[in-house]
Amino acid sequence: MRAVTALGKAYWRAALAGTAMLAAGTSTALAEGGLPQLKTEDFSPQLFWLVVTFLLLFWVMSKIALPRIGEVIEERKDRIQRDLAAAERLKGETEKALSAYEKALSDARGNASSIARQTRDTLNAEVDKERKAVEDQLAKKLADAEASIGATKDKALASVKDIAGDTVTAIVGALSNVSATKDEIDRALAASGGNK
Amino acid sequence: MAETTEVAGHAAEAHGPMHQFEIKRLVPLEFMGYDITFTNASLMMILALVFISLFLYFAMSRRALVPGRIQSTAEMLYEYVADMVRGSVGKEGMKYFPWIFTIFIFILTLNMFGMVPGSFTVTSHIIVTFALAAMVWITVTLIGFAKHGLGYLKLFIPSGVPWWLMPVIVPIEIISYLIRPISHSVRLFANMMAGHTMLKVFAGFVVGLGSLGGIASLGGIAPIAFLIAFTGLEFLVAFLQALIFTVLTCIYLNDALHMHH
Amino acid sequence: MDLASAKMIGAGLACSALIGAGVGIGNIFGNYLSGAMRNPSAAPGQFTNLLIGFALAEATGLFGLLIALIILYG
Repeated sequence: MRAVTALGKAYWRAALAGTAMLAAGTSTALAEGGLPQLKTEDFSPQLFWLVVTFLLLFWVMSKIALPRIGEVIEERKDRIQRDLAAAERLKGETEKALSAYEKALSDARGNASSIARQTRDTLNAEVDKERKAVEDQLAKKLADAEASIGATKDKALASVKDIAGDTVTAIVGALSNVSATKDEIDRALAASGGNK
Repeated sequence: MAETTEVAGHAAEAHGPMHQFEIKRLVPLEFMGYDITFTNASLMMILALVFISLFLYFAMSRRALVPGRIQSTAEMLYEYVADMVRGSVGKEGMKYFPWIFTIFIFILTLNMFGMVPGSFTVTSHIIVTFALAAMVWITVTLIGFAKHGLGYLKLFIPSGVPWWLMPVIVPIEIISYLIRPISHSVRLFANMMAGHTMLKVFAGFVVGLGSLGGIASLGGIAPIAFLIAFTGLEFLVAFLQALIFTVLTCIYLNDALHMHH
Repeated sequence: MDLASAKMIGAGLACSALIGAGVGIGNIFGNYLSGAMRNPSAAPGQFTNLLIGFALAEATGLFGLLIALIILYG
């Protein structure tokens, strides 16, 4: 509590001191002749030096400093522009190369498939030819075999007929003493064999 | 009470809030009957000139394509002002870019130099800011007349206003045009002066409280904390007022060049 | 009332211009904040305008403070 009071007192005294100081400042300022900013006798040196320094600075800025900074910035901009253009160009070239590569690839693929087809066709044709030859041979052999079988069969059949005729003649002669002529027997045989 | 006043009076003698604005005559000079004494204000202006020139010289001496730290600071300043001119005046405003850049960097440097303790704030003098504002006003008016001839006077006749309002509007426009250099200069001057005075008054509180002795001296901490915060704000104001002076210059220039009102 | 006291009172009255500056600065930052909350993405682009508005409003109040200082010290 005492500390608070002390602090309050201190602030009170400080406020008083501040006000007193302002008042004292006022009185000294008044004694010196008012605001320093309003002393007209100080105007001309300030104006003179302001004009001199401002003109000098303006000259330095507009003739040396700013053109130089502008140049560097322009140069950088140009450089970036150039680099961007180069990048663009390289990108275009890359794309061209890529498309060329893709075309080559598809060509190669087409070639490969046509070669494969051709090979397949050739092989197929050869295989077909060989198979055909083999089949022809087989067919020929088959036909020969069939022909020889047919001939054998015919011969066999013919001999069967002869044997049958002879047998029939013999049987008929032995059984009935009726001598059948060869023609009659053949006809009878043909009638029974033809029905079979 | 008497003791307090005495302390304060003693402090005020050397550290009155207005003491910092005093012009100190360093080298008395005279030129054709005019007083051109080299004062502390002249010293600060010369220092600013040298500082800006050396800064930009060293920043751009390498002309590096990939900028270093100070070079990018310089380029940032350039681009900042260039963007401002391009934004508010347009492409044709770039013709006046060196002039606007000079105004900006000169005021900015003087404001910032003023923030150095013990130095002098040139822009806290109404005559300096008024001279700068008058230069802007005269230049802009000349540009306006050079570009539009007497047609520049149409600036005072705003479009879209009924004819019977003209007797009221036109004098207002003329007065607001004539008063431009005053508001333009007082804005900068008042900001710099008020800010520095405020800092000094609070510094006076710190001294007043600190000199009480004992535990009461700790009461000085509060105004010191305020002082630190206010110093930060003053740096912001120092930059912003330079910026605003330049932005208003651009706006006036835009009026003179394009006259869309 | 002597001149010195009248000057003090007048300086105090002149400082009331700062009321307007306070209201103006509050308006600017308040509206900026409410705008920034509606559209946070657009807020950074307006920061420079915010500072310019702040400085213009502050300068208007400082005209009054300047009058006070001139009364006190001028």
